[in-house]
Amino acid sequence: MTDPITQDSPVYVVDDLIGRDIDAYLDLHQHKTMLRFITCGSVDDGKSTLIGRLLYDSKMIFEDQLAALEADSKKVGTQGQAIDFALLVDGLAAEREQGITIDVAYRFFNTEKRKFIVADCPGHEQYTRNMVTGASTADLAVILVDARKGVLVQTRRHSYLCHLIGIRNVVLAVNKMDLVDYDQATFDAIVRDYAEFARSIGIETFTAMPISGFAGDNITTHSAKTPWYAGPTLVDHLEQVEVNAAHDGDKPFRMPVQWVNRPNLDFRGFSGLIATGSVRPGDTIRVLPSGKTSTVTRIVTLDGDLDQAVAGQSVTLCLADEIDCSRGDVIALADAPPQVADQFEATLVWLNDEALIPGRAYWLKLGTQTVSATVQHPKYVVNINTMEHMAAKTLDLNAIGVVEVTADKPVVFEPYVDNRTLGGFILIDKITNATVAAGMLHFSLRRAQNVHWQALDITREARAAMKGQTARVLWFTGLSGSGKSTIANLVEKKLHALGKHTFLLDGDNVRHGLNKDLGFTEADRIENIRRVGEVARLMTDAGLIVITAFISPFRAERDMVRAMMEPGEFVEVFIDTPLEEAERRDVKGLYKKARQGALKNFTGIDSPYEAPDSAEIHVDTTREQAEDAAERIVNHILAQWTPVI
Amino acid sequence: MPASTDRTTLTHLARLEAEAIHIMREVVAEAQNPVMLYSVGKDSAVMLHLARKAFYPSPPPFPLLHVDTTWKFRAMYDLRDRMARESGMDLLVYQNPEATARGINPFDHGALHTDMWKTEGLKQALDKWGFDAAFGGARRDEEKSRAKERIFSFRTASHGWDPKNQRPELWNLYNARKNKGESIRVFPISNWTELDVWQYIHLNAIPIVPLYFAEKRPTVERDGMLLMVDDDRFPLLPGEEPVMRSIRFRTLGCYPLTGAVESTAATLPEVIQETLLTTTSERQGRAIDKDSGGAGMEVKKQQGYF
Repeated sequence: MTDPITQDSPVYVVDDLIGRDIDAYLDLHQHKTMLRFITCGSVDDGKSTLIGRLLYDSKMIFEDQLAALEADSKKVGTQGQAIDFALLVDGLAAEREQGITIDVAYRFFNTEKRKFIVADCPGHEQYTRNMVTGASTADLAVILVDARKGVLVQTRRHSYLCHLIGIRNVVLAVNKMDLVDYDQATFDAIVRDYAEFARSIGIETFTAMPISGFAGDNITTHSAKTPWYAGPTLVDHLEQVEVNAAHDGDKPFRMPVQWVNRPNLDFRGFSGLIATGSVRPGDTIRVLPSGKTSTVTRIVTLDGDLDQAVAGQSVTLCLADEIDCSRGDVIALADAPPQVADQFEATLVWLNDEALIPGRAYWLKLGTQTVSATVQHPKYVVNINTMEHMAAKTLDLNAIGVVEVTADKPVVFEPYVDNRTLGGFILIDKITNATVAAGMLHFSLRRAQNVHWQALDITREARAAMKGQTARVLWFTGLSGSGKSTIANLVEKKLHALGKHTFLLDGDNVRHGLNKDLGFTEADRIENIRRVGEVARLMTDAGLIVITAFISPFRAERDMVRAMMEPGEFVEVFIDTPLEEAERRDVKGLYKKARQGALKNFTGIDSPYEAPDSAEIHVDTTREQAEDAAERIVNHILAQWTPVI
Repeated sequence: MPASTDRTTLTHLARLEAEAIHIMREVVAEAQNPVMLYSVGKDSAVMLHLARKAFYPSPPPFPLLHVDTTWKFRAMYDLRDRMARESGMDLLVYQNPEATARGINPFDHGALHTDMWKTEGLKQALDKWGFDAAFGGARRDEEKSRAKERIFSFRTASHGWDPKNQRPELWNLYNARKNKGESIRVFPISNWTELDVWQYIHLNAIPIVPLYFAEKRPTVERDGMLLMVDDDRFPLLPGEEPVMRSIRFRTLGCYPLTGAVESTAATLPEVIQETLLTTTSERQGRAIDKDSGGAGMEVKKQQGYF
């Protein structure tokens, strides 16, 4: 058996120390720092082999694992009879069968100076999201290049992604030097090539080294086969390089509040992980977004109160004053607080199979803040192979684009380049709960800050009271031809006869005016509903009973409008007519056209209708006459009203 | 936890501790009904200590759940009850009634023992109390499929794990939103290694089960494994006679399934020393991972094993 691992497996001196003086060893280990890094490369660049090598060389592979590895190497390995290190790290059964790495795997090893966490990420373009995930916690990136192939499209893509996510330490590891006879000219040419590209995307410095993960050259010891290389070995470099967090302590103090600790009436503490800076008892702090100030009285931990706490520590702070402060707030240095805004420009990496729907509301989680937010059409998307900016209407899986984000309330933030904790966010789909995007904030858009709400002297209640009614939105939803407009018209007539002030917003009519610029794509439909919702809200401010008749096929948008209104004001009326019945009636002849393919995105045919889960009123038109239904709806809202005094 | 010489650079243990505490607080802030699984092993000991730190001076705002097999070592039951008392937390003990009724035991039922008591027992217990988030002490360095598991790991209503469909987990932002019927397993010490766990126990003087330390104990050797005779339920084979040997355990489970190692390591530094010098990995003492080849744990987890 040709086993390359026995050729030069270095033994770390720590091993000797363990046996000789365990207390000294424990003391050494106790004071180690930690470096998290990501390895990027394609299936063939030898990434898994390199990680397997690092684990092996730092004695992180045990005898029984090695025995299993040897057996597996013969069974499914790709290195013939030799040990296939990749099998150590390709964990999931599906991956081992396909011989590729499809998910981020985390691996651990120690040297004398540091503990390392390696994120092993897949290299294919379809796994961009996995790489971004792995990179998000990394201090350093090892970009692997096959010495025989040089800088490829994927090398550029990986470098761009790592740079985008804010990794400032880049190692260009020219691997498989054993297969090019350790030729210096080959190495130099690759480094020149990469340097040119790196500059073009803003990577200021990188460290290049010739290695062989398979043969172990320049991994832990300088290889005799590359006498022309005077730089550090890979492990030397990983031990020396500065971690990201090294500068976090020098920045102004910020701690997002996770949880308010209230065991009894005498104690109120604010728990969180310090994002940047440091804090001492006596420091004057400011709570954002309220802007209230107070003084830190104690830093409480189970091990006793602290004199100082720094970035990266999880602590509980007590304040001198009883000021409002809860989860989502940020405690910051009083003189240098972070910004507060509700509109931003950001870069988004789309992580989900379902594309971005501009205008739809998603949950945005940033630090400990969760708000509802919408994303506009991308300004551009980046072609991650060529770095070109291209126009796009949406963001598909793995797409990277620059967008405007609007939150429904102010968010405490800092630009991502200054603060990962207060600048990095995720978007969550409100229906599926999937994490659909990772975002990095650039800056706030001034618009939101300059438009202030006009305080109104006449209240909405006063306007409604003068009309002897309570404002309502009767939101009719259902398929085209289900009978929405018919029943809505009847309802309005009945209310009018009762002396109520109403206004009916009809889908077709609105599309002739206010929304004539909108088509029928998913995004346009959402914008259509958003505008109608805003108009309806203004009308409820005026005290009117607003009746709307729109297909409004998506649950998320109906919920968005519901959220715009006061509690109880929004009454969802589901006009439930089966598709076959609506299509049989086909009052406007639209189903026929859609079936012929002349109408695209027609609800029920080639665009979905999401029926309400819990509409306030449910009308089954196959069982109830329009007249009866209208009567029932009118009675429902009259019964709901609080008496007007 | 002391900082390293560089004032603003925390040691790796300080960073790992802060990360685990941050995760626990996120769960408490966002889940409706969290619970901490407590198996009385060294990882559980660390988890409990971290929970106490995370919420001090409040007691951790969730109960401890021990999914019992009735076959744990007696010393484990002793420590379990003591730690629950000291932490001021509620201790819930669950034993699968079907396994009790059928008298499932490790001697006669092999793999069925783990399946009924642990896998089924855990599912039943989570359903019984309606827990939507359960803390576990699993680590990514333990086993290959764990290396790819998220810190917030979602389970379907039937407690299955879908490794191909995990949510991306970026920075330290955790999406704790569940679909109907789903629950979350949360692993705050995912990024710890076995050495980190031992070191943390050492630094914080965390109580652990005495069985981790070497002592003369009655043992028999069977199928290449050294088993401790913990009580008279241990059926001796013809000709088998318990022999007193100085042994200790690297990992603790059900006593007939957990192999001991011969050792003289009686202090924590000695135990750590032996652990580091040994060439056999931690889970080797457990019979469970050897089932169904290289994918053993992955298959078990898809079925709902923790």
